[in-house]
Amino acid sequence: MVATKNDNQIKMSARKVCVSYSGKQALFNVDLDILHQSVTALIGPSGCGKSTFLRCLNRMNDYIEGCIFHGSVRIDGKDIYDPKLDVVELRARIGMVFQKPNPFPKSIYDNIAYGPQIHGLAKDKSELEEIVHTSLEKAGLLKEVKDRLQEPGTGLSGGQQQRLCIARAIAVSPEVILMDEPCSALDPIATAHVEELIDELRDNFTIVIVTHNMQQAARVSQNTAFFHLGNLVEYGATETIFTSPQDERTQGYITGRFG
Amino acid sequence: MTNTLLKGFPIKEGERTETISKRRERRYAAEKRFKILGILSILVAISTLFLLIGNMINKGFSAFKQTYLELSISLPENKFPNEKQISPNVISELNFKSFLKRALLKKFPEIKSRRDKRLLYKLISSGATFDLQDAVFENPKLLGKTITTLAIASDDVDQYIKGNITANNQGRITIKQSKWIDKLVDDGVINQKFNLKFFTNGDSREPELAGILGATIGSLLTMLVALALAFPLGVAAAIYLEEFAPKNRWTDLVEVNISNLAAVPSIVFGLLGLAVFLGFFGMHRSAPLVGGVVLALMTLPTVIIASRAALGSVPPSIREAATGIGASPMQVVLHHVLPLAIPGILTGTIIGAARALGETAPLLMIGMVAFIVDIPQGINDSATALPVQIFLWADSPERAFVEKTAAATLVLLTVLIIMNLGAVLLRKKFERRW
Amino acid sequence: MSRNHIVKSYDEEIKKLNNSIIELGGLVEEQVERAIKAIVERDTNLAYKTIDDDDKIDDLNYEIDNQAVRLLALRQPMAQDLRNIVATFKLSSDLERIGDHATGIARRSIPLSEDKPIQPIHVIPRMGKLTMTMMKNCIDAYIEQNSEKAERVWNADKEVDEMYVSLFRELLTYMMEDAHHISACSHVLFIAKNIERIGDHVTNICETIYYMVEGERMQQQRIRQTKSDRLLTDSITEK
Repeated sequence: MVATKNDNQIKMSARKVCVSYSGKQALFNVDLDILHQSVTALIGPSGCGKSTFLRCLNRMNDYIEGCIFHGSVRIDGKDIYDPKLDVVELRARIGMVFQKPNPFPKSIYDNIAYGPQIHGLAKDKSELEEIVHTSLEKAGLLKEVKDRLQEPGTGLSGGQQQRLCIARAIAVSPEVILMDEPCSALDPIATAHVEELIDELRDNFTIVIVTHNMQQAARVSQNTAFFHLGNLVEYGATETIFTSPQDERTQGYITGRFG
Repeated sequence: MTNTLLKGFPIKEGERTETISKRRERRYAAEKRFKILGILSILVAISTLFLLIGNMINKGFSAFKQTYLELSISLPENKFPNEKQISPNVISELNFKSFLKRALLKKFPEIKSRRDKRLLYKLISSGATFDLQDAVFENPKLLGKTITTLAIASDDVDQYIKGNITANNQGRITIKQSKWIDKLVDDGVINQKFNLKFFTNGDSREPELAGILGATIGSLLTMLVALALAFPLGVAAAIYLEEFAPKNRWTDLVEVNISNLAAVPSIVFGLLGLAVFLGFFGMHRSAPLVGGVVLALMTLPTVIIASRAALGSVPPSIREAATGIGASPMQVVLHHVLPLAIPGILTGTIIGAARALGETAPLLMIGMVAFIVDIPQGINDSATALPVQIFLWADSPERAFVEKTAAATLVLLTVLIIMNLGAVLLRKKFERRW
Repeated sequence: MSRNHIVKSYDEEIKKLNNSIIELGGLVEEQVERAIKAIVERDTNLAYKTIDDDDKIDDLNYEIDNQAVRLLALRQPMAQDLRNIVATFKLSSDLERIGDHATGIARRSIPLSEDKPIQPIHVIPRMGKLTMTMMKNCIDAYIEQNSEKAERVWNADKEVDEMYVSLFRELLTYMMEDAHHISACSHVLFIAKNIERIGDHVTNICETIYYMVEGERMQQQRIRQTKSDRLLTDSITEK
């Protein structure tokens, strides 16, 4: 199915995206537009290709042995699979947050400072400090960790760790943030904090989130795409997907009548 | 209740509890047997180890003590008023040997014949002369005074005192000598002291003068060379293979070869060293440099395998996190993966080094087995290594070398235990939890 | 709903809720039927019984709301399930309103039965029968989840409205002829109004069923609303 929007608000657009892992095709001709400064949720059963698609958006699949990509993904009209494009620079523009909170085993400060350091975003120490503080504040974590920036990031609670990872992603001021099931390892309260954060981040960032939790997709996203067996089955406004989906498979999945 | 529970199962209501409890008993019995077997095997291993170490201590501990003769020696007047004129050459013009002989003879005024005198003088080691000479050189003011000094006894006296040999007219201590010794013991002239020479001397033909310093320095230099080569090479190879190399037939082949190399008998590495480093490159025979290179080759596979395991155990989430922020593959490895893997790598390296430290065979092939008295000053000096020294002493005919062998083994074992302990502590200290 | 939920008890709960709606539908249908019968047969006892029985409807309505709230809280329904459950709120409240109208009819049938019969009353059973058929079909549409049928029923309401308008004219002339008829005629007028309102609730139910099944609004809804209003105002201004 073709899910495209005729809107000048398009931030990223994927066309005819096919991905295969060692000969096994995982995505089939996916066309999808991601709108500027909105939250797009990718849902679907396990192995449907939603994470694969997400990882195509910042070329995280590059490092996976035997992964072959066809098609095109554009950000602001520029092809990210252009061989001339610098992947490192791309990842500074498109940040990523992972399923399991994965702070570096370093201090909270170093965790956040790392990105700006390797990209040279801060001219001196005070600028770096400013970046760290702003990122933590944007991630709603500053109040909780202000007095222990030098303590290890791994000592935080699961929810705080995940927000630390989001802060780390924000620190390089990306335009797009990809989130791969960011709340699947968190308890409901921590999840609520992260969801609230996602909602706030929408004002400044374009967010794509993969989630297994449909309520979460319904709560945080403006648009939802349903993947099944490597195909994009349905894409539309979240409220439409969750109240009256058009496709039988979407209906079955979101109401719990699958398979 | 139970009826509905058992619906569809072939088992009958009555049999159920009985079958289960019978099974459970058998299971518990099997568990218990397994535990007992495990404890037994550990006991066997530990008792063997204790037997070995106990045996070594039993045999070798006496080597840490040395027998001395307490003699009062009257030194001649100082003929050199200017202290600056005193040099070893000048000092050695004095006949220290005769001073010692005279002092000893004073204890036995009844001895007159030349033969007996010669037998008597044999009680003192030739090393005593040099000790006295050194003492006077250090402190020339002693000249002209009568001093009490400890003269090192010969190995035969030492062994006789320790009860390792008995007096025998055909043997190394004659009945006559033994009587003199007994008298000296009664007079309190014979003393036993901590054997410092064992740790400060190089090898010697005289067991009472032989020490392990030369071999230890040799081992140390060899290890330095080996580690300086094997560590960076091994880690670099491991990083490349684990993080960057594509998975294909060639890397598979390399992998198989590395594993194979780890299992190659060490003597083969010695042959390689002999043929390539000595034969082809013409490097210095018996030098720690060659030994180190050979041991580095031998340790390399161990280091690579341990490093790869350590690198592989760094969770992929850390790699993903760094990659996701925009770190290049090189930065991912150097900033994140390697620091986390270092404890594991070091542990592997220390264990590899410990193995190399105890290695004898390859060193035999490249000539580090020579009798070398001097303490090596650099990696190109001729040297020997601790295990080789042990091997050499074990081959020596003198009874006194038996305890030296055991003592050197004890020292080597202690060093190995310290290294392995270090590896364990390192692992414990830097172990990270993700 | 072709397939079942993975969680079986969820299916059972939804089914129970739907059955409750069907039960409520049946109850309301019976109430309307009895109210009309009370008029036709001038049976005041039946009328009183009908009025009393309204409590049952209220109870069942409350029960249905409870069930639906429970499902919303515990199952977090989505898509068709969500529409289904939200629809039951509307359906039960519409049905409850129909029940109220039936009570109203029964209440007004008592003075009518005590007075002497008037001529225009013959339209009432016809109107009643028509609405009852609509109700029956509408509940069938719910059971079958048939949006087409719901749409057909919805269209039938036009007829009820027309009947109401013509009855209204007839009653006006009747009352103008003889002032003594005003009391009875106004009762009949209110009864007719009640029946017409029942018809409107039935159309609401149809719209709900349509949304529940299709997930979107019925096409002709908007057009019709204004048309029926005009019909009535026209008929009044004509005089």
